[in-house]
Amino acid sequence: MPTHELDVELGFKGVQERVRAFELDRRTFLRLCGGGLLVCLSASDTMADAQESGRHFGGHERPQEISDWIRIDIDGRVTVCTGKVEVGQNIRTSLAQSVAEELRAPFGSIAMVMGDTDLVPWDAGTFGSQTTPTMGPQLRNMAAAARQLLVETAAQRWSCDPAELEAADGKVTNPGTRASLTYGEITRGEKLTRTVRGDPPLTPASAWKIAGTPELKVNGRDFVTGRHRYPSDIVRQGMWFGKVLRPAGFQATLVSADTSAAEKMPGVQVIRDGDFIGLVAGDVWTAELALGKIEAQWKVPPQISNRELFAAIRKGGGGDTREGAASDLERALSDAPVKLEQTYTVAYIAHAPLEPRAAVAEWQDGKLTVWTGTQRPFGVKDELVRAFRLSPDKVRVLMPDMGSGYGGKHTGECALEAARLARAAGRPVKLIWTREEEFTWAYFRPAGVMDVRGAAQQDGTLAAWEHHNYNSGPSGLHTPYKVGTKVEEYHEWEEPPLAQGSYRGLAATANHFARECAMDELAHAVGMDPLAFRMKNLEDARLMAVFMAAAERFGWGREKSTPERGFGIAGGTEKGGYTAACVEVAMDAQKKVRIRRVVQAWESGAVVNPDGLRNQVMGAAVQAIGGGLFESIQFANGKILNAHFADYRVPRFADAPEVEVVLIDRKDLPSAGAGETGIVAVAPAVGNALFAATGQRLRSMPMAVGTIGS
Amino acid sequence: MAELVLHVNREERRTEAAEGEPLLWVLRNRLGLTGTKYGCGEGQCGACTVLLNGEPVRSCLTPASAVSDAQITTIEGLAREGELTAVQEAFLEEGAFQCAYCTSGMILAATALLEKHPHPSDAQVLTAMNGNVCRCGTYPRIKAAIARASDTRKKEAEHAHA
Repeated sequence: MPTHELDVELGFKGVQERVRAFELDRRTFLRLCGGGLLVCLSASDTMADAQESGRHFGGHERPQEISDWIRIDIDGRVTVCTGKVEVGQNIRTSLAQSVAEELRAPFGSIAMVMGDTDLVPWDAGTFGSQTTPTMGPQLRNMAAAARQLLVETAAQRWSCDPAELEAADGKVTNPGTRASLTYGEITRGEKLTRTVRGDPPLTPASAWKIAGTPELKVNGRDFVTGRHRYPSDIVRQGMWFGKVLRPAGFQATLVSADTSAAEKMPGVQVIRDGDFIGLVAGDVWTAELALGKIEAQWKVPPQISNRELFAAIRKGGGGDTREGAASDLERALSDAPVKLEQTYTVAYIAHAPLEPRAAVAEWQDGKLTVWTGTQRPFGVKDELVRAFRLSPDKVRVLMPDMGSGYGGKHTGECALEAARLARAAGRPVKLIWTREEEFTWAYFRPAGVMDVRGAAQQDGTLAAWEHHNYNSGPSGLHTPYKVGTKVEEYHEWEEPPLAQGSYRGLAATANHFARECAMDELAHAVGMDPLAFRMKNLEDARLMAVFMAAAERFGWGREKSTPERGFGIAGGTEKGGYTAACVEVAMDAQKKVRIRRVVQAWESGAVVNPDGLRNQVMGAAVQAIGGGLFESIQFANGKILNAHFADYRVPRFADAPEVEVVLIDRKDLPSAGAGETGIVAVAPAVGNALFAATGQRLRSMPMAVGTIGS
Repeated sequence: MAELVLHVNREERRTEAAEGEPLLWVLRNRLGLTGTKYGCGEGQCGACTVLLNGEPVRSCLTPASAVSDAQITTIEGLAREGELTAVQEAFLEEGAFQCAYCTSGMILAATALLEKHPHPSDAQVLTAMNGNVCRCGTYPRIKAAIARASDTRKKEAEHAHA
């Protein structure tokens, strides 16, 4: 991913501090035991892209030499290693499909080893919708090279030309002699290695047989039987349970703490280290009771609250920068007959993954092993290496498929705390953050203010465009619409009141909300249908295609909005994904709003797993309703005021509309990631539908309206 | 710390618990049944749902000592001899999860719903399921899974009576 985007992902205050670079030796080459096929890689362009971020973080160089990615054992079982992790996006399944496809092996023979820092090549982390466009081709390269090697080895054994042989279904066959060897038989007793240079030819999507088909979650049965072990489910011999005393507010300093009552409890060990106060006990309930017995006094400095937030954001971002904007823009704005000048805002919101941060830490013979839920296992490893001044080979981080992240689990604070407690306790320790801790001590999607000015000719031609984003971020800031004169700027806030960080879609949600609502306002101002206005000003064929696909399936324009029922449309493109949503909202007699129907069209190149992709786009549309309608972190004086599900409302069954996903499968285009951008179009489409129904324009997310069941 | 006998998944389990210790932690940390999840500890998310004599309860708010007479069913106790229930099968076939951290609670809540209302109306589904959060937003697929499980159970019942 481009460097500036990575900087955005990790550059926010509170996150960057936790990801400070420090030098690490290059990861030692993993030696595989026994026989089998080992595919190795030297630097290629693909690799360079996939590991781009390594130049900027942790002193990691792009791997210049071999690392191992794929192993085929004697029984033909294929093990694939990657630093990417499974957080619910079902990438374990779709990467396995890609490998099976290029290797010509049965899908069921592929096992993915993910996010175990002792077993997989270094990776920056799972974010930015980068796994499909970068790790996908990389593993496909490895698999294609492995297949070539298997065919060549079989040809040697049969003393024939490799070109005469065919590889399919985990076997190499000689059609002439009908001789056949399974991959396991070919590799038996030999360690075959190859260093891959350049990019071997890959199977075009139009010829895919395994990739491109719907596959259910590979290990789905483990999830419906309770068998899967999430990070919070890990158990180690002799393990105790930890708790950490939290400050009374952000930026608080400890004045005094009396831990004597907790220390007197049988089986409780209190651990103090400066301002860090934690404890461990043999069971988590006793640990929780003991924590409650600690009496601590904190000094919390005065801090701003929600009420002053948006004024502070503008001030923090250098004030209203619309004044004195470029004269070309001013001229274009004043010359056009139809003008718009509006401000849009988005609140701080929480990721609220259903599995809060969790870690199990174990020290053994000077080596620290931590199982934890994170999108950046190597990032967490770096944090541990640094914090405990350990040699990198003395730290292992394992990331069992976790209870989601949405960009909210880039950091390793829980892993650090568990390791600290485990070291002091002299035994493995499990630490699961409470829901309140997760809501308070993680980080947030940044709040933001968007100032937009736009102008159009009477015929609907966009004439000028100005879009400033204060604090929420630059993702999705650039308009996909044709416009002669434009200014688009992001204004960073140096000292936001809350820790801010990555979130599904980053600021693309905020910027699309502002732009797509403003476009709707301009459409109404020139008296055009909102879809027709957009189409008139678009030339990006891919974006036009998703708009048309959504509109067609929805039946856009077939019925007019009424006070009880409104229709809205919005769309956009970011991170290689193209999306458009049409929504229908219904208002009841109490002015409560319900989103009845969403049709979302999606295109991100060649579809790897249509079932997984539909699931992602649908889930993103439902999650978007939360930030769009009612999610908002309330805070004052360094405290989060709604750190519970009872007070912080997330979408529930009653909020979920009928969602129809229309996929456009562009087999002629490379596959882009799809975990994020599906979230950007629903909120503005809802705002536009509410305007169509009520004539009231809502310019702040959440749009602060109720729905049935609230 | 007091000794405790629980009836979990058709087995009598002897264990101990601290005074007031929630059933959630006894199941997870003392009986090794980690399929029951912690999501909020306040009965607001449904991740910790288990069945008590067939009724869904929030194990995070239920003291273990209060349920020693009840038959407790966790996600681990649904399948019999490796054969999944219609609800489990339906969740699998509909792909009704992403991270699946909510799935145990969803499946148990849906199981109780279908026992009470074999062909639930939309309103009955809503009442039974609205307390269970899926942060990944797979509600439409969960609804489809409940409908599928209802159909399967109906067909099985017809088959049994034929």
